[in-house]
Amino acid sequence: MEFVSIAILNGVAYGLLLFLLSAGLTLTFSMMGVLNFAHASFYMFGAYFAYAISSTIGFWPALVLSPLLVAVVGAGVEKFGLRSLHKHGHISELLLTYGLTYIMAEVVQMVWGRAPVPYAMPTQLQGSLFRIFTTTFPIFRAFMMLIAVLMLLGTYLVLTRTRVGLIIQAALTHPEMVESLGHNVPRIFMVVFGFGCGLAGLAGVLGGLAFATEPAMAHMVGGIIFVVVVIGGLGSLRGALLSSVMMGLIQSFAVAIDYSIADLLRVLHLDYIAAPSGIALLDITVSQLAPVLPYLFLVVILIARPRGLFGTRDT
Amino acid sequence: MKLNRLAQYALPLITALAAGGANADKVRVAVIDPSSGPFAAVAANWYKSMLMQVDAVNAQKLAGENTIELVAFDNKGSAQESQILLRTVIDQGFRYVIQGGSSAIGAVLMDAVNKHNERNQGKEILLLNHSNADPELTNAKCSFWHFRFAPNSDMATEALTTEMAKNPAIKKVYIVSQNYPFGQAVSRSTREYLKRKRADIEIVGDDFHPIGQVKDFSPYIAKIKASGADTVTSGNWGPDLTLLLKAASDADLKVSFYTYFANTYGVPLALSPASAGKLKNIASFSPNNAGFNGKEFVEGFKGKYKEDFILLPLYNTIAMFAEGLKRAKTIDPVKVAYAMEGIKMKTFSGEMEMRAADHQMQAPLFITSWAKVDGKSVRYDQNDTGYGWKVEQRIEPYVASQPTSCQMARPPR
Amino acid sequence: MPQELTMKGSATRMTMWLRWGLYGLVMVLAPMWFSGGGAIAVMSQMGSAILFGLAFNILLGQGGMLSFGHSVYYGLGCFFAVHAMNLAGKGFIWLPLPLVPLAGALAGMVFGALFGLITTQRSGTAFAMLTFGLGELVFLSASMFPNFFGGEVGLTTTRVYAPQLLGLTFGPAIQVYYLIALWVLVGTLAMYGLTLTPLGLLLNAVRDNAERVAFIGYNAQRIRFASLALSGLFSGLAGALAAINFESATIESLSAAQSGTVLVFTFIGGAGYFVGPIVGAIVGTMMTVLVSGITMAWPLYLGLFFVLVVKFAPGGIVGMLIDGWRYVQRGEVARNWRVLVVIMGVGLTCALSAVTFIEMTYHRTMDTTGDASMVLAGIAINTASWILWVAVICVTAVTGAVTWNLSRLLKKT
Repeated sequence: MEFVSIAILNGVAYGLLLFLLSAGLTLTFSMMGVLNFAHASFYMFGAYFAYAISSTIGFWPALVLSPLLVAVVGAGVEKFGLRSLHKHGHISELLLTYGLTYIMAEVVQMVWGRAPVPYAMPTQLQGSLFRIFTTTFPIFRAFMMLIAVLMLLGTYLVLTRTRVGLIIQAALTHPEMVESLGHNVPRIFMVVFGFGCGLAGLAGVLGGLAFATEPAMAHMVGGIIFVVVVIGGLGSLRGALLSSVMMGLIQSFAVAIDYSIADLLRVLHLDYIAAPSGIALLDITVSQLAPVLPYLFLVVILIARPRGLFGTRDT
Repeated sequence: MKLNRLAQYALPLITALAAGGANADKVRVAVIDPSSGPFAAVAANWYKSMLMQVDAVNAQKLAGENTIELVAFDNKGSAQESQILLRTVIDQGFRYVIQGGSSAIGAVLMDAVNKHNERNQGKEILLLNHSNADPELTNAKCSFWHFRFAPNSDMATEALTTEMAKNPAIKKVYIVSQNYPFGQAVSRSTREYLKRKRADIEIVGDDFHPIGQVKDFSPYIAKIKASGADTVTSGNWGPDLTLLLKAASDADLKVSFYTYFANTYGVPLALSPASAGKLKNIASFSPNNAGFNGKEFVEGFKGKYKEDFILLPLYNTIAMFAEGLKRAKTIDPVKVAYAMEGIKMKTFSGEMEMRAADHQMQAPLFITSWAKVDGKSVRYDQNDTGYGWKVEQRIEPYVASQPTSCQMARPPR
Repeated sequence: MPQELTMKGSATRMTMWLRWGLYGLVMVLAPMWFSGGGAIAVMSQMGSAILFGLAFNILLGQGGMLSFGHSVYYGLGCFFAVHAMNLAGKGFIWLPLPLVPLAGALAGMVFGALFGLITTQRSGTAFAMLTFGLGELVFLSASMFPNFFGGEVGLTTTRVYAPQLLGLTFGPAIQVYYLIALWVLVGTLAMYGLTLTPLGLLLNAVRDNAERVAFIGYNAQRIRFASLALSGLFSGLAGALAAINFESATIESLSAAQSGTVLVFTFIGGAGYFVGPIVGAIVGTMMTVLVSGITMAWPLYLGLFFVLVVKFAPGGIVGMLIDGWRYVQRGEVARNWRVLVVIMGVGLTCALSAVTFIEMTYHRTMDTTGDASMVLAGIAINTASWILWVAVICVTAVTGAVTWNLSRLLKKT
């Protein structure tokens, strides 16, 4: 009982962390139709800026200032980098963001060095919030979940209840029409891209505490973010949320499944098929595969339903 | 860090000059480890550790009349790059190569060195391995041209399990490993050795996970709790260890941890005060050993580089190499290699011996535990955290020593 | 993406013979100019990179398909070649070394077909993501199968085994270089020939307008599938050549980093031209090998160069050369030479001061010796001097702005 309840809690917590990381990406993806490969790098910038700011002013100002700074950087990248590439097609944009990952990783090393930086957890967030049976749940994780939910609500409200949000949503599907109506679509693109990067920065402020703040951190989360976004569907925040939580829960429970295909065959009394070949593949347990499952899902989803679960735009 | 500033291959003239003009007194050693990429910071710490002793060797003439010069080459963590660098350093007249950043690269370089030495008699080079832990390198793959100055993973597991076997409170052990040969070897040998020493210990879990992929270890912690284990042992390193330990303290997991790499660069930053007393590590050295041997070196290192001196094998590599140079009275690699075989030397951890049969260093090991600096048993902390490694137990070389299957082909003296 | 045909315009027979002859001649003569062991190793690696880049460009430049996991075919070709060499060495199969690349090519084709069945179901970004996911899957799974992939340590082999043709042992690196050069020539010819076949032309058509291809009665998906299989074939071939060169295979050849490298190199060279990947492989390899020996900041320079190419010269180096040549032919140079000289001068100053700034920053953050002075191209620089910092930043900013505005001015005239 303890295990199941803890696994659910962990799964949701991890899922929300993934959502935190990927919400910005699905937004920019839906906007530009191009995967911002450097999204994880903006996440890294968020963590480093937060470290720098919290060392001087404090964590709570950093929570606000760092995402803003990252958003500004993102807007700059869009204006000076991506804007002139829109007409050349998605591949050029993708390649630019790909090249950016190299540069951003190096910039971080140039300024802060190669070693992990001592970005410290503020005292208010240390310690545990409550206890389920014998396992404690840290305050920090609960805080991350809170921020993720607030981020979701905030973005949703902005997109659906404000004028700017409605324009953005329209530009999502009919950019030319929106432009004909007199809106400055390139500026909208810039704002949205900056906003998406800002969300990544916000994730970084927290992610830098949850994991280590070091130059390799972008690389560590880069893969899983894309998987989550694509599975959830492009242009859909709801999809990103659902796929994140789903991935979190699956990984949480998969770790507990110590059975493999070979075991399954044994149960079905079909093990004579596999036994002579001794193929190691069949002995791999689900728990060993747990962190790799998202990629499997990615492949399956892209074949079966390329829009993802809730996508509004075909990839 | 003396980076090689010349274009490494574009000018044959320089190559010819360098090869012909090698100074008899100055021994140039190429260090092939990453200076860029995710392991650059760790490798920089290794390099500085070696550099510090090289400076001492040269100042105190510990290598006879010879001086040692280290030159760093960046292999970017790549096996292919390392092989290209090997050929480059051979071109430039280097006869000694130090490497230790990865067993994969170590194996590949060993193979390349063997082939080079076989095909180019009179121009042999030696490969000095400061940290690669794969036991194969001194067993099935052993080579006369390779020397290992750090314990291999089987030795460490032997020592660790001996220590675990002595503790009657340990009844249920859970193993967490990265799913690749080192992790698989640790798991296998842990099971085997524990069974041999304490058949009553139950292995209640044996988990493998892909390296560097797991961001959230809490499911594993939940599993460990559900299994009722009182002890967890893990060969994990890097983020896999850091996150595992973090998740354990977040979930208030009350088990003892026995690890291999908790003292490595950066991991202590992630440890919380709650880990104190519950985290045990096996290492070649702790600055808080009885008698605080090596404290001048430790303090000097910290003063000069603002980093902690952690890994003794790096010091040992240079110290024993210098001794070999002194005893051989020549810088010819074959003679130096023979001189190094069987050397017994005293360093900060006690007496160590380079076993001639397989070129595996036999040295004491320490079981250390994470403890608060109290000025008495723990004076030196790590990463300025206020906590350091307290020596719980010193393990004599014969305990950890492993038999070897090495059948080395030796060149004529 | 420039929509250039990949065929070389209206070349006459004579020109074609001349071009191919020159290509072959350069490959034959290169080792005589750069004869160091390191140089030969790098050139052999370049050979693999050239073939891999050409294979990759079948998809990117000719098919408009961006594959993010292409190293899978390269790596698998490498592993299968190593296994083939080991089997042949033990006498289980008859496969003289010059034919080993065929084993890699076969493996690449089989897996290209296998994975292609899945990936070619989609195009565009979905295809890119699929290849990415598959690439990660294969890479992560590889360390779980140590028997085939050799785990962390990788696999080693030897290329010197019977049967030997024409008395060539392939022990010396120069013989390996010529073997690789021969295969590169064969591979390049084959891939060029592919661009002239109906399949090649249809692939270009699919890139330009897949829907229209369907209208003229061809199945776009099948065309993509066939191209992927062929691309896999040549990638596997390239991997096998690497296996012969390094006599080893490690999982890094399957990594995302390897996929990224071929992408960057191909694009730098110019994905829209057949020779683009060749140029890109040569320049890219030289950048990573040469530049990394000179400075720690080489990934930054590579990244900056790549981004600049993407933004300002999407045709790559070849595109720049061709545009430049046309520019000259149009007489623009004669007309604008003064402005051009100024732009080049100012631009060069900007580049130099930017490099100085970058090197100084790296020195401050990462230097191990702890002193503030450094040497850049023979000039001593004191990084502690803030005046120097201000000067460098100002010069970079000013010259950068001037170059930018002048070139905009030039474009307008």
